[in-house]
Amino acid sequence: MSTVKIPPVLRQAVGGERTVDVSGETVGEVLTNLCDQHPAVGAQILTPDGELHKYVNVYVNDEDARLLQWTDTPVGDGDTLMILPAMAGGAR
Amino acid sequence: MSPSYQDLLATAREVIPEVEPSEVAPRVEAGDGPLIIDVRETAEWDQGHLPGAVHIPRGFLESRVAGATSGTDQELLISCASGQRSLLAAKTLADMGYTNVTNLAGGFARWKQNNYPVEVPRILSPAQRSRYSRHVLIPEVGEEGQLKLLDSKALLIGAGGLGSPAAYYLAAAGVGTIGLVDDDEVDESNLQRQIIHTTERVGMNKGESAKEAIRALNPEVQVNVHPFRVNRDNVLDLLEQYDVVVDGADNFPTRYLLADASLMTRTPLVHASILRFEGHASVFNPYDGPCYRCLFPEPPPPDLAPSCGEAGVLGVLCGVMGNIQATEAIKVLLGIGDTLSGRLLIYDALGMTFTELKVRRDPDCPSCGPNADLQLRDYEAWCAGVGSHDHVGATA
Repeated sequence: MSTVKIPPVLRQAVGGERTVDVSGETVGEVLTNLCDQHPAVGAQILTPDGELHKYVNVYVNDEDARLLQWTDTPVGDGDTLMILPAMAGGAR
Repeated sequence: MSPSYQDLLATAREVIPEVEPSEVAPRVEAGDGPLIIDVRETAEWDQGHLPGAVHIPRGFLESRVAGATSGTDQELLISCASGQRSLLAAKTLADMGYTNVTNLAGGFARWKQNNYPVEVPRILSPAQRSRYSRHVLIPEVGEEGQLKLLDSKALLIGAGGLGSPAAYYLAAAGVGTIGLVDDDEVDESNLQRQIIHTTERVGMNKGESAKEAIRALNPEVQVNVHPFRVNRDNVLDLLEQYDVVVDGADNFPTRYLLADASLMTRTPLVHASILRFEGHASVFNPYDGPCYRCLFPEPPPPDLAPSCGEAGVLGVLCGVMGNIQATEAIKVLLGIGDTLSGRLLIYDALGMTFTELKVRRDPDCPSCGPNADLQLRDYEAWCAGVGSHDHVGATA
């Protein structure tokens, strides 16, 4: 079971939670299970073909999953996944 | 019988070799001389010293020498006014284990008589020394660092949520020139977080309003108000006038524009963004660490990236993140410490947690990669167009 940190813009899609515990052996499995549990998340981070949008960064602990084995990166108990889209707010 | 002053000098002379100015001057001029430590008092140092010398008043020698030297085997030349205080200082250093210490014969006076080059340090005025005394006390800043800040120029994009605290603290810190780019006017709804503005100044341009606050806080800061939006046509000219740019923009086109322009002008970019209870911060040093596009190759679509005006922001969060930006800008300007380059700091105010993610340079980065064809583009159109079709080849 991994802990997935949900960014502010996706919290409504998971019922307001800041973290969600999701099972899965790899980054891909965890994200698939997350989107199965919370289809509204899938609508935001997945393309119609079920692929992850390029503007979504996924970190495993403090490393960018793209620089590990991307969706094949193994994850285990105690690992934290962070879904991280860019934020623009600053001035107004 | 206790040794007299003359006895102490004689004892020191037995172990400390003396060097005539004529022996060391050519090496100093060539830049391969020993590390010169000047142990005179501050008022004497301020009148002039040997080029490249380091100032450690005699009373602080033992406590500060380790910070000024690379090791006990470094070649040191100690100087004072006439060569006597420095002789005793050199003996102390020898007693502390420094193995390669010499004394400048005749001191600064003989050096000057022989017409060798002298550096007269720029110094803080008494008023500046008082105003910035808490900075001057910090070894990493000191008088030299404060003078550097006074000579520095920081450009702030936006005088809003992030720009308000950042501009305020950079001005207080004595950053000599602050540029404020904002075409917006102060609105009552800004005052919950944009603390540089006031109720009285609602309706005024934000740059002009911030300039009034800065003038009241620190009148010696030069404030340049740029009352327009940064765009493709003006961004390079703007950035070239400044040493660091602090990004407090409120939209992706401006953020990607700044990211590319900072690379083109080689201006370090101090980034922060905020939403609700969460803030991001990082530093992007052009071609020395990742850039903004290494971290976020593409912006998310509007529904995944609402503005603070749409989704809200905790006012205090702006203070935390804006001041992290001010801190990083000061470190960049002074060249001290470890900046957030290569790291993304995420602050969650609701959980009161700070999380750090590693950010690496992307070898295929379309902005800073070796094969990048970097040119300013129509960022509005680009940001509107991406995200709807691009994806990476992975299924989740």
